[in-house]
Amino acid sequence: MFGKLSFYIKDFDWFIFLLALSIAVVGVVEIHSATQYNKGDRFYVKQIYWIILGLIMMVVAMSIDYHTLVENVPYFYVVAVLALISVLIMGHRVSGSKSWISVGGTSAGQPSEFVKIAVVLALARFLCEIRTEYLTAGEILKGSCIVGLPVFLVLLQPDLGSALTFVPIAMVGFFLAGLKPKWIVLFAILSVLVVGLGWYNLKVYQKERIYTFLEPERDPLGAGYHSIQSKIAVGSGGLWGKGIGEGSQTKLGFLPERHTDFIFSVVAEELGFLGAATVLCLYFFIVTRSINIALTARDKLGIYIVLGAVSVILFHILINIGMVVGFMPITGIPLPLLSYGGSSILSTFIFLGLIINVRMRRYVY
Amino acid sequence: MDLKEFYEDKKFVHSRIPIVRAAAISVFLILLVGIWNLQLLRNKHYVELAERNRIRSTPLAAPRGKILDRNGQILVDNRPSFTLVVMRDNLPSIENSLDLLATGLKLDKGFLQSQFEKYRNLPSYLPIILKEDINKEDLSFIKSHRLELPGLEEITFPRRSYPERQLAAHLLGYVGEISEKQLASEEFDYSKPGDIVGKAGVERVYNQILTGIDGQKKVVVDSRGKEVAVLDSVEPVVGNDLRLTIDLDIQRAAERAFGDKAGAAIALDPRTGEILALVSRPAFDPNSFASRISKKEWDELINDPKNPMQNRAIQSRFPPGSVFKIFMTIAGLQEGILTADYTDYCTGSTVMYGRVFHCMKKEGHGRVNLNQAIVHSCNVFFYHLGQKLGIDKIAYYAQGMGLGQKTGVDLPGEDTGLMPSSAWKKRVLKADWYAGETISVAIGQGYVSLTPIQTARAFGGLALGGILKTPHTVSYDELGHWRQKPKAEIETRFELNEETVETVTRGLWGVVNEWGTGHRAAVPGFDVCGKTGTSQVVAKDVKISAESKDEFGDNAWFVGFAPRLSAEIAAAVFVEHGGHGGDAAAPIVHEMFQVYYDKKTKSKEPHQLSMTQEEGLPRVN
Repeated sequence: MFGKLSFYIKDFDWFIFLLALSIAVVGVVEIHSATQYNKGDRFYVKQIYWIILGLIMMVVAMSIDYHTLVENVPYFYVVAVLALISVLIMGHRVSGSKSWISVGGTSAGQPSEFVKIAVVLALARFLCEIRTEYLTAGEILKGSCIVGLPVFLVLLQPDLGSALTFVPIAMVGFFLAGLKPKWIVLFAILSVLVVGLGWYNLKVYQKERIYTFLEPERDPLGAGYHSIQSKIAVGSGGLWGKGIGEGSQTKLGFLPERHTDFIFSVVAEELGFLGAATVLCLYFFIVTRSINIALTARDKLGIYIVLGAVSVILFHILINIGMVVGFMPITGIPLPLLSYGGSSILSTFIFLGLIINVRMRRYVY
Repeated sequence: MDLKEFYEDKKFVHSRIPIVRAAAISVFLILLVGIWNLQLLRNKHYVELAERNRIRSTPLAAPRGKILDRNGQILVDNRPSFTLVVMRDNLPSIENSLDLLATGLKLDKGFLQSQFEKYRNLPSYLPIILKEDINKEDLSFIKSHRLELPGLEEITFPRRSYPERQLAAHLLGYVGEISEKQLASEEFDYSKPGDIVGKAGVERVYNQILTGIDGQKKVVVDSRGKEVAVLDSVEPVVGNDLRLTIDLDIQRAAERAFGDKAGAAIALDPRTGEILALVSRPAFDPNSFASRISKKEWDELINDPKNPMQNRAIQSRFPPGSVFKIFMTIAGLQEGILTADYTDYCTGSTVMYGRVFHCMKKEGHGRVNLNQAIVHSCNVFFYHLGQKLGIDKIAYYAQGMGLGQKTGVDLPGEDTGLMPSSAWKKRVLKADWYAGETISVAIGQGYVSLTPIQTARAFGGLALGGILKTPHTVSYDELGHWRQKPKAEIETRFELNEETVETVTRGLWGVVNEWGTGHRAAVPGFDVCGKTGTSQVVAKDVKISAESKDEFGDNAWFVGFAPRLSAEIAAAVFVEHGGHGGDAAAPIVHEMFQVYYDKKTKSKEPHQLSMTQEEGLPRVN
């Protein structure tokens, strides 16, 4: 399984590794800054442990040939689905939804983050076996079921935000495999219908979030508070930022969830436009580098795995930073590599490990 | 299945990757535009908002000035208290925790809701007042719930305190939160919502002098509203102390003498118009208004049939009874109908215009001269005089002495009283004057009804030969010191003949000092002059009858001044259902005059306001 060391050193993607590590380091610094006045938990220390663990997981994920992984994907998938079911049965509620599973009394994380990995691999396996161009109706239905089952279980928690992060996996996968225009039109109509019907099934607080997103000043002290305070933090950062540990919005506690969902507000406030744009660039390089890896991948399976992983990471970035700058409604979706949290850090490094995995095995030996 | 063995054509998939790349690039471009817009284009706006987030101004309420009596004794003071407020700026609302608030602070939830509603349209730096004068229990509740209830804060607030409680309550007035009507008025254009302002009495009339300038403290706060640092602090400026013309000792004497009777007393210095004492009973305790008085308490006060909020000394009118005979005498003397040696004969009753009019003394006074008629208050004498004068001459002199007119006192809501004339009756009642009605007026019954303050002023004016000084509670010196003008003309003149004044005051002296009806007002050595009055209680426009006399107890009057030759103090006392004026009202005047006289004779220095004998005229300080 672990081949020659020279293979690792030569073909390991140092570029992605260094990009990811830089972002993670910025994350640790800003988590420290965001929580410097918190008593109790020292989040930045915990985050360092998570990053170290994440790097180990990344190495594991890149070491096992992705073909071997995909051969065993039915097991992963079944374990993932069982995990989601167990969350529903015994998970404990964090801010309104049962998405956390606790092991031995401590929060062990959100399984749905890891379920995405299994879904990416399962869908990649399914799609790469299709020889024809453009998907047939039956194929679309089967592919949708692979993604749809976990989405359904996550929706039951209920965690609308997390459920949505599965959608781009299917979208990118289907698009690569070929979608005839009529299907694209159908999906568009379907999503409008789902949004319409879904509206009636939204909880009051979810509707409130959507209203507030559309017009944050409606209730500046209530539901619009997060959005307004985040924009103030970002906007007041200016070009140069207020300096690490000097963000007034952060220090004085006006920013909510500042070390998790709103960590990018802290970055933008303290490091300014230059810092925020730099972090955006780092993400951008990871994404384009990954797309290049997809282009050089040995087979379609590799392409599907890489672009599936990219779709998850990119969607998280879009939703999270979009929320921070007020383009997107408030959802509890973390920013990969920057936000504090074990599940997010580990799953992101595993995705990066899979991407590197495909790169390392781009040549047929 | 060995996946490695597939031969694959990747061309199709490769052809679609550039589109994925394009989608990725556009995601980053969108996000870049987002931070560009906030951080570079709208940076200034958000820097301002961030500053406002951090910096909060807390108002520091300025205490009102103290109110002092003429000798500097404290009538109204302030005491520190804690007020519980909610700071609203930039905080998540605590409106969702109203239940917890209501039970923890023992407040009504509906009240809390209405407070939040009231402040919704006001600027957010104004804190919402939840509870005033909080106690220790409330404080510990707030301290233990800081996290659930962000923005709760207790601020020290100076509260008005009236240490003498009901004493002079109507004159001093009370304070309360400024009403919307007051806010809209020009008089209060220096006030802002939530201010505590004077609502009645001196507190209201001299609100501007008494009001201080609120300070403010600028502090850096965190999102829970906790102070992190003080940036800047502007101390409040205490309002000006206001010295009244009231003499606390005379006021106390009058209050004590009143006991639990209802009525009014006013004492003033006729030479200046300065009010020395003003009592109205029943009274209220202005301390209960210092906080937001509950609606129930307020309704109780307003709907109390005894009407404790009414300042009877200036806002109520009563038939003057025999007190009015003095104005009859003035009219008679000025018109030349009466002379000092004029006499009449009293048989105990007289028939006029087909009706029997009775005298107080059933068997009659026999032959009476003018002096005896005043001293013994002979009705028949004045019935005949009234007939000779006619209503319009009576009205001319009475109005000349200020009856039926506002005195212009610097207190709100003064009543005019009523001095009827034939023109008045035509205008208001659209009817001709009957000569018989003049007979009632001649002894202070019928349409005539006077306020205690105008009666006191008229007697003082008589003593000074017809110079009527406008009564006021703050001396003109004091007003000038605060750069304010008097609220009204300082005097009106209605010149009386010297003989008139001498003859009338001789009679008034006799009332008190020659075993007349008012002997109980006498103060040895002080030459008190005065006139009693006992008026039947009747509703306006109802003819006096024997039945109504039994139904209601008589109202008692005593109006007088002292000393006889150079009056320094004039007073009017009215006691509701007190019985005879000489028994119920005269002793109260006696108490006031006695205290005044004692203070005057005790102090070694010549009295500040004493009159220079040579000039024969008062010197106004």
